[in-house]
Amino acid sequence: MSAMLLIEQALNGLQLGVMLFLMAAGLTLVFGVMGLINLAHGSLYMVGAFACAVVAAHTGSYLLGLAAALAAAAAAGALVEIVVIRRLYDRDHLDQVLATFALILVFSEGTRYLFGSLPLYLNVPAALSGPVMLPGGIAYPAFRLAIIAIGLAVALGLFWLIARTRLGIRIRAGESDRQMIAALGVDIRRLYTIVFALGAALAGLAGALVGTLQSVEVGMGEPVLILAFVVIVIGGIGSIKGALVGAILVGVTDTMGRFLLPQIFATFMDPSRATGVGSALASMLIYILMAVVLILRPQGLFGARA
Amino acid sequence: MTRERIVNAFLWLALLVVPLAAAQMGQPYIVSLATKVVILALAATGLNLALGLGGMVSFGHAAFFGVGGYAAGILMNHATTGAALPFGLSGTNQMIALWLAALVASGLAALVIGALSLRTSGVYFIMITLAFAQMFYYFAISWPAYGGEDGLSLFVRSQFLGVNTFDPLNFFLICFALLSLALLLSATLARSRFGIALQATRQNPQRVEALGIRPYRLRLTAFVISGMITGLAGALYADLNRFVSPAMLDWHLSGEIIVFVILGGMGRLMGPIAGAALFIVMEHKLGGISEYWKALLGLLLLGVVLFARGGIIGLLAGKLRHV
Amino acid sequence: MFEPILDIRNISKSFGALRASDDVSLTLHPGEIHALIGPNGAGKSTLIRQIVGEYRHDAGEIWFAGQEIGALDAPARARLGLARTFQVSSILAEFSVLQNVVMAVQGASGKIFRFFRPALGDPALTEPARAHIDHAGLQGRESVTAADLSHGERRKLEIAMALALSPRAFLLDEPMAGMGPEGSKQLTEILRELKQQAPILLIEHDMDAVFALADRVSVLVYGRIIATGTVAEIRANPEVQTAYLGDDAA
Repeated sequence: MSAMLLIEQALNGLQLGVMLFLMAAGLTLVFGVMGLINLAHGSLYMVGAFACAVVAAHTGSYLLGLAAALAAAAAAGALVEIVVIRRLYDRDHLDQVLATFALILVFSEGTRYLFGSLPLYLNVPAALSGPVMLPGGIAYPAFRLAIIAIGLAVALGLFWLIARTRLGIRIRAGESDRQMIAALGVDIRRLYTIVFALGAALAGLAGALVGTLQSVEVGMGEPVLILAFVVIVIGGIGSIKGALVGAILVGVTDTMGRFLLPQIFATFMDPSRATGVGSALASMLIYILMAVVLILRPQGLFGARA
Repeated sequence: MTRERIVNAFLWLALLVVPLAAAQMGQPYIVSLATKVVILALAATGLNLALGLGGMVSFGHAAFFGVGGYAAGILMNHATTGAALPFGLSGTNQMIALWLAALVASGLAALVIGALSLRTSGVYFIMITLAFAQMFYYFAISWPAYGGEDGLSLFVRSQFLGVNTFDPLNFFLICFALLSLALLLSATLARSRFGIALQATRQNPQRVEALGIRPYRLRLTAFVISGMITGLAGALYADLNRFVSPAMLDWHLSGEIIVFVILGGMGRLMGPIAGAALFIVMEHKLGGISEYWKALLGLLLLGVVLFARGGIIGLLAGKLRHV
Repeated sequence: MFEPILDIRNISKSFGALRASDDVSLTLHPGEIHALIGPNGAGKSTLIRQIVGEYRHDAGEIWFAGQEIGALDAPARARLGLARTFQVSSILAEFSVLQNVVMAVQGASGKIFRFFRPALGDPALTEPARAHIDHAGLQGRESVTAADLSHGERRKLEIAMALALSPRAFLLDEPMAGMGPEGSKQLTEILRELKQQAPILLIEHDMDAVFALADRVSVLVYGRIIATGTVAEIRANPEVQTAYLGDDAA
């Protein structure tokens, strides 16, 4: 097994990690500021992917497609927030879960109605379709490198937003005391819509980027949503830093696990059995990681102690 | 006779009478549909114990449904192929043995998942139960021995004493009897010391601690019993369809089981039956009209959550009163 | 002199730089009502939570009924007979008054993992529950849903639940809070009777109640006990006057 392959897989893990971060950041932000758990976050991911596919195909410009992904997801998010979500802030978590689960059904069937069940394909933009030569002689796909770069840039942007801007201050204040900032004259309703739309835009961006790598189809956001939940549990609810650390941890563990475990088992089992057992165990790895974190630190790595 | 008791009796009888009549009129399809309602109602009855009485929002009950189904399915598979199982066990086609296996397997799964998850609460608990159930799902897909993603076909119907279990009505009656037992257990538990303490813990855990009771143990016990009932339903489901697949472990199913409970009325004894029946009727009727019927289900669910929180039983029998 | 039922020795607790409890010592003897007073923010709630077991103290010992209870969690302490009421009434709102108190009797008995016999049909639970309900002044209200009770009745319900624990000591957290004059008078009478059953550590702001009921008073300021004595002694104490009224008073 070569070091090159290992590094390639590690980079893939990093790429998965930053995409998970985009999902998890939106989720944890919404939970931290509004106290709301949103299962329909995966649907916003899907909306972004579809918007990108449609606009990119129509205009021939991937960049326009990405812009459309951000806009469409943010718009969908804002619409959903105004029509449904804002009735749920005072409700218990069960109601929030059920209502957002209902939204998933509506979004999924609606999308299937508009686009059918067959996947759409997004083409990697020509400029990024080749490999990039990394130090050490590794040829890594340019697009994946771009995803990592975009993801890290967004992370930095988010940290800057939270730490340095007026909006960020309101977000941080809102996380600690909702009633207080309302009393201080901050327009809570607008703040909440903006935060929700921001989270949605991040999800939509992730959907478009990953949709380019894989495919764009109904329900694509759900496995990612669940991974994002695992990330948040590990990182701690309400913590963006936790989301980043958790996401990279999960991304790398999952990718390296799937790569290494079958090989490890192959050293003492016959190859066909090794692949079976190895992949089965690899698929459980991040959940085992989550369980371990839960036992040692139930509030997550960076979460507030209850 | 309170209004709720009347509604309950009516629902129970209707669920029994409709397939009986259908069988007389030579409509075995309706009998199968009713069997499906009964099995899903049983799964939801299990969840109702954890969710309705205990306030534990488990978004991972499909794990127990699937574990129960696979426990039964694997045993039946081994009975057919004759292959040996670890620990010197052999496969079996006997219903009672299959049910026991399903109860034990899902009980163990609930013990492990519950012991870990109940150390958290609120949103964490919801996400963690979802995640653990997905773990089982992905495992089932990648474990090659029992069909993986394609699932496992069981070519027989299991046996119960001397009864001809291939007859749809007989199978229905067996499932209905089990559901009735589960409902009886549910009602008994709810009124027992354990049930009162569990409901108290749902309302005010701090108060309960001030009265000398530890919530964790109560909740874990309820969670395990809940998982076992749902697991039994899974075994019946595998038997009904003569098929087990990872879809039985999918989180969508977890969501649907919660939907049955909520549509019917959370914490109400017959809520699971009302909810499961409504769901199956919608699937059958609306599904015939449009393949996008789940969007309508979504809108209905939204409506119930926002405006009719007590579900069907709430509408028919008024608010739940403890006195 | 009787041994104290509750003996708090040098309890300290800090939250970061904030010293919420600073070397606090106090005792509760059989037959007495010991009032704990102090200005807002003095740390009374924090102290209660340490005694009850919600917080773990950083230093010191808590002795109750002859044993050191520092390692026990809240349910264990409740089972030993440490009965507390809450500053904001904490009841089981969906249950009836009877169900609330049955729950308390059940908790005290330690036998909750019973799955078959209906709890409300068990005289071993309902008879003591009814007695406690009467004792607390809620006769005739047993079928009322707790959410429908008046504020004063909720206070009485909490007392009924505390009685069910066969208490060796009561820890009452501002029972007079939110009560009008008529309600306060009633509650004062109930508390006076209650001390026959078990001594009371009474956290209160309502000075009329304190002066009417307390055998001893301790004053907590910025996490420290600055004085302990009879009502008369405390009223005359210059440090106490300063703490409450500022430097002009002394």
